[in-house]
Amino acid sequence: MAIDKTINAGVSPNIPQNLDEHGPSEWQLALRELMKRPPALFGVFTIAMMLLWALLPGLFSPHDPLAQDLERYLKPPGFVDAEGLTYWLGTDQLGRDIVSRIIWGSRVSLAVGFAAVFVSGFIGITMGLIAGYYGGKIDAVISRIVDAVLAIPFVLLAIAIIAILGASLQNIVLAVALRTWTVYTRVVRGEVFALKESDMVTGARAAGSGTLRIMLVYLLPNVFSSCIVVATIYLGRVIIIESSFSFLGMGVPPPTPTWGGMLADGRGFLDTSWWLTLFPGIALTLTVLGVNLLGDWLRDVLDPRMKRLDD
Amino acid sequence: MRAYIIRGLLQGLIVLWVVLLIVFLMLHMTGDPADLLMPEEATLEEVAEFRKEMRFDQPIYVQYFEFLFGYGKNLGVLRGDFGDSYYHNVPAMGLVTERIPATAILAVVSLLVGLVIAIPAGILSAVFRKTWIDHFSSVLSMAGQSIPNFWLGLLLIILFSEILGWLPTSGYREAKSIVLPALAAGLYATARIMRMMRSSLLEVMSQDFVNTARSKGLTEALVIGRHALKNASIPVVTIIGLELGGLLSGTVVIEVIFAWPGVGWLVVESINVNDYPVVQAAVALLSFMFVGVNLAVDILYAWLDPRISYS
Repeated sequence: MAIDKTINAGVSPNIPQNLDEHGPSEWQLALRELMKRPPALFGVFTIAMMLLWALLPGLFSPHDPLAQDLERYLKPPGFVDAEGLTYWLGTDQLGRDIVSRIIWGSRVSLAVGFAAVFVSGFIGITMGLIAGYYGGKIDAVISRIVDAVLAIPFVLLAIAIIAILGASLQNIVLAVALRTWTVYTRVVRGEVFALKESDMVTGARAAGSGTLRIMLVYLLPNVFSSCIVVATIYLGRVIIIESSFSFLGMGVPPPTPTWGGMLADGRGFLDTSWWLTLFPGIALTLTVLGVNLLGDWLRDVLDPRMKRLDD
Repeated sequence: MRAYIIRGLLQGLIVLWVVLLIVFLMLHMTGDPADLLMPEEATLEEVAEFRKEMRFDQPIYVQYFEFLFGYGKNLGVLRGDFGDSYYHNVPAMGLVTERIPATAILAVVSLLVGLVIAIPAGILSAVFRKTWIDHFSSVLSMAGQSIPNFWLGLLLIILFSEILGWLPTSGYREAKSIVLPALAAGLYATARIMRMMRSSLLEVMSQDFVNTARSKGLTEALVIGRHALKNASIPVVTIIGLELGGLLSGTVVIEVIFAWPGVGWLVVESINVNDYPVVQAAVALLSFMFVGVNLAVDILYAWLDPRISYS
């Protein structure tokens, strides 16, 4: 399989192999590769931090992200209020703490990101397996649908759908997944086309395996590493898309803190209070950067064939 | 070649048909378009009357037929009639076509800005591979793919409009009002084109004919300028086409931030007042343009690279 070959090829024979009886496990090898790539390590670190924020926001957040106080509205970073509490990144127009809102805001970004990647992966891989395995007319129909979806101005359609169905976490995920499944379908379809003529599949079919079994046992594991790569590439994009929906007021509705929503709040104060705009954007960019750096590394390690995959 | 173009046209038509189907179904997603389109304070009688007037009480296939071919004064979408805007009481399509030039200008200028930066940077980083030039431009390209364009737009406003006072925050009439939106919108395309230029040139430079040119004693500049660049340009042209298509429909948030009177801004405004004929017309027209750009790129691609079979 692609994973084994690539990772093993990177290990030079000089490295002592007697870490244990079976040699280093795949995990150990992956970890070793990771240590050689500082940018990827940075990516892992960033994502781990964001995940911790999203899972345990109460642990990290210094204040209540929703607590308003007009005594302390639009205060600059480092502001100390009458009770001696510090607001490291300042407060917004309602006196809410920016640090706390950024930490709580990670929840929506990551929830939408992972959910959309999961849902679109499920639909896209299924469609790709069907199109690639059956070929012919079924493939033609699925491929035309994919072409059509890719030709639609996605952001416009998505905000229209969200406006019609109502802004909620589920509807945002749905609107995003309506588009992103196509990428998985394209990749999986291409790989299945090549795989289905392989000895492995012909042999399995001769041995009496049914279609479903061939798809799940023989094809799926072989396309999975490409799908992981696609998923990481799109995770970053989906997070940006979610934040732009929130920015336009079509995201998860207030008072839930979202990074895009915070940027929208800041838009009214660009001339006076830059911290409303700067810091949520940094959190957003760091998250996407982390995901992208990790994705780049995964692409090199898992699937060198996909180096040219850019859409 | 002719068969190739005809096949492309046919596929484009099928894609547009699917797009129109999606645009039609959009209003029916909640089950009752009349309920969706009427303001919340409308009485039941008003909704019922509106439903009858708009023929939403007809069976769905009748509605679809009339959507395509028209009914009464409406000519149907196949003749470019998406009905009147509920808000402005003029043909929806006219409102959209009015806004196309602004969106097209922004897309083209963003792309040009991107090309001016991306092409030289991509060539330099391929030629000086693994030097600081290459590292620097790969950092830039990673940043370009990770920074959300609308956040960059907000930062540009803070820096160049609010602090330095050099450029306007919005407007359309003056040439300098396009600078900030074009920079923000072009960021992502710049990063992608740069990356593609680099990897494509590197790939070509490892091929035999380049070595032959070198062994003839040509200078490196001639080898790259005369032999490598032309061959490396093919995938770059494709991605430029894709990015242009993406920019035509992907600058919604940038248009909103800079009050740029393009289609994206129109759609957001229309959604806010439930003016869906305008949204439908915009999605359909932009898809039409996107399919057109794609077809042009395909033809250009085949013309640049005679190895592509027309079958």
